[in-house]
Amino acid sequence: MTIEKQWQTICHKDDLVKNSGVCALLANQEQIAIFQVKDEMYSVGNWDPIGKANVLYRGLIGDTKGDIYVASPLYKQRFVLNSGKCLDDDSVSIKAYDTRLQNDEVQVLV
Amino acid sequence: MSAKQKIVVVGNGMVGHHFVDEMAKHEGYEITVLSAEDRLAYDRVHLSEYFSGKTADDLALTTPEHYNELGVKFFTDAKVTNINKAEKVVSTETGDKYPYDKLVLATGSYPFVPPIPGKEREHCLVYRTIDDLDAIQASANSGKVGVVVGGGLLGLEAANALKELGLQTHVVEFAPQLMGVQLDKDGGELLRNMIEGIGVQVHTQKATQEIIDGEDCVHRMVFADGTHLETDLILFSAGIRPYDNLARDFDLQIGERGGIVVNNECQTSDENIYAIGECALWNNFIYGLVAPGYTMAKVAADNIIGGEQQFTGADMSTKLKLMGMDVGSIGDAHARTAGAQSYTYFNEPDDVYKKIVVSADGKTLLGAVLVGDTSEYDSLLQYALNAIELPEKPDSLILPSAGEKPTLGVDALPESATICSCLNVTKGDIISAIDAGACDVAAVKSCTKATTGCGGCAALVKTVTDHELEKRGVEVSTDLCEHFAYSRVELFHIVKAEKIRNFDTLIEKHGCGIGCEICKPAVGSILSSVWNDYILKEDHLPLQDTNDTYLGNMQKDGTYSIVPRMPGGEVTPERLIVIGEVAKEYNLYTKVTGGQRIDLFGARIDQLPDIWEKLIAAGMETGHAYGKSLRTVKSCVGSTWCRYGVQDSMAMAIFLENRYKGLRSPHKIKFAVSGCTRECAEAQSKDIGVIATENGWNLYVSGNGGMKPRHGDLFATDLDDETLVKYIDRYLMFYVRTADRLTRTSVWLENLEGGLEYMQKVVIDDHLGVNAELENQMQAVVDTYQCEWKTTIEDPKQLKRFRQFVNSKAVDENIEFVTEREQIRPARGEEKRYKGVQIHTVDISEPEAETV
Ligand code: SRM
Ligand SMILES: Cc1cc2nc3c(=O)[nH]c(=O)nc-3n(C[C@H](O)[C@H](O)[C@H](O)COP(=O)(O)OP(=O)(O)OC[C@H]3O[C@@H](n4cnc5c(N)ncnc54)[C@H](O)[C@@H]3O)c2cc1C
Ligand code: SF4
Ligand code: FES
Repeated sequence: MTIEKQWQTICHKDDLVKNSGVCALLANQEQIAIFQVKDEMYSVGNWDPIGKANVLYRGLIGDTKGDIYVASPLYKQRFVLNSGKCLDDDSVSIKAYDTRLQNDEVQVLV
Repeated sequence: MSAKQKIVVVGNGMVGHHFVDEMAKHEGYEITVLSAEDRLAYDRVHLSEYFSGKTADDLALTTPEHYNELGVKFFTDAKVTNINKAEKVVSTETGDKYPYDKLVLATGSYPFVPPIPGKEREHCLVYRTIDDLDAIQASANSGKVGVVVGGGLLGLEAANALKELGLQTHVVEFAPQLMGVQLDKDGGELLRNMIEGIGVQVHTQKATQEIIDGEDCVHRMVFADGTHLETDLILFSAGIRPYDNLARDFDLQIGERGGIVVNNECQTSDENIYAIGECALWNNFIYGLVAPGYTMAKVAADNIIGGEQQFTGADMSTKLKLMGMDVGSIGDAHARTAGAQSYTYFNEPDDVYKKIVVSADGKTLLGAVLVGDTSEYDSLLQYALNAIELPEKPDSLILPSAGEKPTLGVDALPESATICSCLNVTKGDIISAIDAGACDVAAVKSCTKATTGCGGCAALVKTVTDHELEKRGVEVSTDLCEHFAYSRVELFHIVKAEKIRNFDTLIEKHGCGIGCEICKPAVGSILSSVWNDYILKEDHLPLQDTNDTYLGNMQKDGTYSIVPRMPGGEVTPERLIVIGEVAKEYNLYTKVTGGQRIDLFGARIDQLPDIWEKLIAAGMETGHAYGKSLRTVKSCVGSTWCRYGVQDSMAMAIFLENRYKGLRSPHKIKFAVSGCTRECAEAQSKDIGVIATENGWNLYVSGNGGMKPRHGDLFATDLDDETLVKYIDRYLMFYVRTADRLTRTSVWLENLEGGLEYMQKVVIDDHLGVNAELENQMQAVVDTYQCEWKTTIEDPKQLKRFRQFVNSKAVDENIEFVTEREQIRPARGEEKRYKGVQIHTVDISEPEAETV
């Protein structure tokens, strides 16, 4: 059986903070961090696997060599927003979700 | 597919754990760890830090989760008591059996307790495990005097621990001198004087004959020479013995004086059994240090996978800080090599002793002893390890610099030179990392893992890396980061000269990309120092570190702390009551900080605005504990109350705190004001220190506590109030303009060309003609001050940001507290119900969802 992915509506676009992050709950109670970077949106898991806390949405956003990332506010490891890859530690990664705007509503593919 | 090879590791100490980490890199092996202790591996080398506040969690080298991730099976409280070599099975005390293809013994060693009658008495302890430390702590609580038996490296470390636990401490040594393995007679003698100087009594040439009931203390130690010593606690540190009992009982070859005999592959006399670490005897020698053990772990893992690495011995040189005293020993410290000659430098007034031992032809360095000053240790070690030819006058290496002292350039080091001995990283490894693309120190560290052990090699790793990069024509850059090809100072000038008011304009005109966690806060701070806007204005918000974004210090679980300003540490009973009430209402952990004010911990993000609303209503304001800005101005009560006070230090402290609060700067700034020379406010350890005199104030600058304490420098004396404030205005604003990011005033001044004298010329004589401008800029900051929390709670748009979820009122389940000493503290991993992110399946009944 293949489980098909679905778009879940999360919040209104005005709930986002420009060039910064907010946090939301998915239907299954998982926490995600949603970032608005200029006009793009990105969603990733909110759990910091290194700091072991739900804080990634409070990190600073940056870019390096074309990758846009969030740096954990706890210990500064950087996670690429569109893949979840950790740039500073190969042994961890986080989930990344496709994100879109539908009638001013933010939707995430889960 | 063939079944996985079974690797069983007995012992989960530092070396056993290192082996697991090495082995788990390879596919096709099933690793099982059997640990006799009730916990997994921890950092024994830093064990003593347990007494200075580290917890067992802090010392842990691994966690059950980490082993699970690696696919390693592990059992604690699992002491192995039987090896069946024929069937290749080990079994534990409880009878559980574990079959192996390869067995690795990493059982370490245990402290040797000499067979003295009475050694079994209560409060006779050893120093090896976390459990031992708990026992020592408990015992120290009930006694006054402590004795360490054994004056070696470990014994002195243990003595330091006893001293820090508040015991009157003695060291009893059988030999005529301390640290006989590492030091020569003179070095040992000097060390003894220094140790006695800090109040630890040393008794050499004392053989303990028996321990009996004491008269004033719990025990009386009776010595062979008829003397005795009374004590409440005895700590044996008379050497270590390998845990080789398994080898003894099950017929593996052991050495004459113990130790499991291994070959260069770290194999024992049974080819399927390896021994590594402190239980292993190589070339008739047991290494009591962790670095050689790590090398053995690597060699054993390599051999199991079919590699050919060999263990060929290890260097035993040591450098350490013992009770605050520097001691170093390299190679043949006792000049035992035939024909060896030595040079000594002995400076009694300053407690410095240095000796080098050179070969008969005077060309190579064989050994060295350094006591009181180990600044030459690194370069001497490199001379010795790499047989680098000595300068014509070898003694010039240790003589105090009366001019040009030959320095060992990193270029002179061969590629085989070990740079990081903990992780066994050579200069060649660093060069390979650079060849493979590492282009800065951080990249080199992450490729080679250098500096991740004791950290002592950090400076050398940086020098070698920078040097190699320079050789390749890479300019070791002062650029702020990849987004700005300017230093902080240059950006400061650009912002000011071009009147730039936000980050986007600056990066568009002078940078590239979108910025990062380095340049954003740095520019945020510059914009603040120059324009002093509300830091959470839409343009500035994305630049701030989380502490500034939420105006509180983030704690490990994602909650925040709350620190209201309390200028000079003064607080009215009414406000104190409000603080208490708020803490009670929100169940916050409450503590008096080291900065003379009160910190409330454990507030969830959604609680912050309510809490601050209540504090502000009671007349309080933000304390900027989160900002790179003025923290506190500590003060004593001064002439108002104190019988010695000569000026009103309280009033001055409060004035200064109110003047400079909110000033954003390259790093945090701390002040203190003392009412007389007794210096109860510790002003000389602050960025700005003010001490009252009969005639006014003495100003000290650029002191620092923290990681590298620095005494402030006396800048000017007997100032009146007005001049004092002027000087501080100028000094601070000059620092704000010219310092690098995250540089305290101490480091800034030390790196500033001309140093203190230059700053005196600038501030006192207006050497650069900028004083009026500096004062105006400071006045502008003072005039535009606002309490950031007040602005925030008055703005509904800001308040919206203080919620955990944009689509739910739920709270973060990961935030869990338990009670300790009648207050909350964050639950630790094992106490938590919430175990982090689980992988859930998709709920397809979710109504709003649509299929793609
Ligand atoms: C709360 C407090 C400890 C306490 O329980 O008493 C504390 C707590 C922290 N200190 Fe401190 N320091 C506290 C007094 C001090 C002092 C003592 C003092 O100020 O008199 C020092 C040494 C003096 C000095 O700074 O020169 C001190 C030297 C440090 C350092 C090392 C600075 C250095 O230059 O080496 C750091 C790390 C840093 O800033 O990079 C640090 C960093 C921190 C941080 C911010 C670490 C962090 O990022 O989580 C801690 C969080 C604060 C919080 O959660 O509220 N803290 N810290 C003290 C708050 C004082 C206050 O009222 O604001
Ligand atoms: C206070 C202190 C300070 C030190 N400082 C330094 C320093 O500055 N630099 C340095 O290089 N070294 C230092 N050392 C030495 C260093 O800690 C050791 O070299 C290192 O820990 C050796 O590691 P190991 O794994 O061989 O042994 P250990 O760390 O002793 O581990 C062996 C483990 O095996 C377990 N074990 C034993 N028998 C069995 C069995 N039958 N079944 C199951 N498990 C068993 C033991 O309980 C133990 O947990 C210090 C040691 C101490 C105590
Ligand atoms: S510094 Fe001087 S005035 Fe202040 S409390 Fe101490 S003794 Fe009194
Ligand atoms: S020498 Fe200890 S970490 Fe490098």
